Amino acid sequence: MGDLRRAWALVRKDLLTERRSKAAFNAMAFFAAMVLFIFSFALGPDAPGMSAGAGQTLLQYLWPGLLWVAIFFTGILALGRSFQVEQESGGMEALRLYPGDKKAIYAGKLAANLIILAAMEVILIPVSAVLYNIDLITKLPALLGVVALGTLGYAAVGTFYAALTANLRARDVMLPVLLFPIMVPVVVAAVKATTLVVRGDPMGELWVWLRIIALIDLVLLTVCTLTFEFAIEE
Amino acid sequence: MIGRIVVYGSAFVIAGIVVIQTIRLAKAPKEKAMRLGTIVGIVALALLAVGLVLGMFVAPTERMMGDVYRIMFIHFPSWVGTAAGYLIAFIASIMYIKTREQGYDYVAVAGAEVGVLFNVTGLITGALWGRPTWGVYWTWDPRLTTTAIMAITFAGYLVLRAFIEDPEGRARVSSLVAIVGFVNVPIVYFSVRWWRTLHQVQSSPETVDLAMVWPLRLMMLGFLLLFLFMLTRRYLLARLRGEEELDLVRMEVAGD
Repeated sequence: MGDLRRAWALVRKDLLTERRSKAAFNAMAFFAAMVLFIFSFALGPDAPGMSAGAGQTLLQYLWPGLLWVAIFFTGILALGRSFQVEQESGGMEALRLYPGDKKAIYAGKLAANLIILAAMEVILIPVSAVLYNIDLITKLPALLGVVALGTLGYAAVGTFYAALTANLRARDVMLPVLLFPIMVPVVVAAVKATTLVVRGDPMGELWVWLRIIALIDLVLLTVCTLTFEFAIEE
Repeated sequence: MIGRIVVYGSAFVIAGIVVIQTIRLAKAPKEKAMRLGTIVGIVALALLAVGLVLGMFVAPTERMMGDVYRIMFIHFPSWVGTAAGYLIAFIASIMYIKTREQGYDYVAVAGAEVGVLFNVTGLITGALWGRPTWGVYWTWDPRLTTTAIMAITFAGYLVLRAFIEDPEGRARVSSLVAIVGFVNVPIVYFSVRWWRTLHQVQSSPETVDLAMVWPLRLMMLGFLLLFLFMLTRRYLLARLRGEEELDLVRMEVAGD
């Protein structure tokens, strides 16, 4: 129980600093809006539908992929900041001296990142659906499951790599360079599952893909949890 | 049947010996690593010469692909070096995290760097073969995608090392990156495989003329030894640089 309490204390501290400064959230909000606009400019908002998607615009057809690109590119802003406060104020030492299992630190940081990413997604998904004119209301529960699982995998490895690169000079460069190759399986599975949710699932494949994401999450979470104590050593 | 068991068994044993001996370099004296590297280098040169002559001139032309198939004498063996390099980097990284001896870090960086080299060779030769055979240089097939992601992962590992000056911090951070990156490889493979697939099934020796199999086996062994030669030299370089860094640190401490 002690470790759970320690993790919770860390979550509260991170969310409190975020609520007061809103540094990560503001950056993410504007960046996400810009990413959505850039997709429109690059792919043409009214381009006629592709042959595969009857009567859809290109943006509607590509939405599952675009959504995940937006989530990943926007989320990296929050992940990159997740150890910044400690790093700048010398709090890393305090974190290392934190009693108990180091896994509690990982759990706390991961939970805080998940909440911040979820806040971003709660805005990003409806806004993109409105901008690109996509009907999501009926599909919301399934979409929620896919997004939750995909975000879990992203945040699990993202938190780990954020800790690894926290005291690097070039951490803003290195975090995406290291993180995105590891995220390939999550992207593949999450985009596939989102496509099935949005475009219908005649073969009943959605459940399989959800389990694939869950399995990937499990493996990545295990590796990161077991090695996290070495990641924040000094 | 018995012949195949002998061939595969000995291949397995050779690969195992190479990996174990390489990891043990971390504790071996420099002279021994140097001597080992020179010997395998010479043997590799001889094997590659024989294998290339047999492969380019003696092996018959393939019925469907013509002479294009001969690139496989470079293409397949490259993957031997790639797999060995990343496996060595992975094991040496785990050993570093457990023992904290800098020697394992030198082995890990050597394995990763030579692995990336062979990986890129395999990707380029594969693309050159794919264009006349498949009609495209690149497809999003699981093996192609996985090997490309592997190259990016371990290239990131090498880039990362350049950004960290503290030797111990560099060894610790990069070994964690190697461990996570290596564990991720099979996950990438299976996720992309379920996503889509096209790659030609690996040929088994029964479907390939003996006059093609033997040059290929020679080339594979030759590439493995070439890999070992490059790895030992890269290891010695890493060790020299590492010791120089430590000397600099000691001088600074003494200077205060």
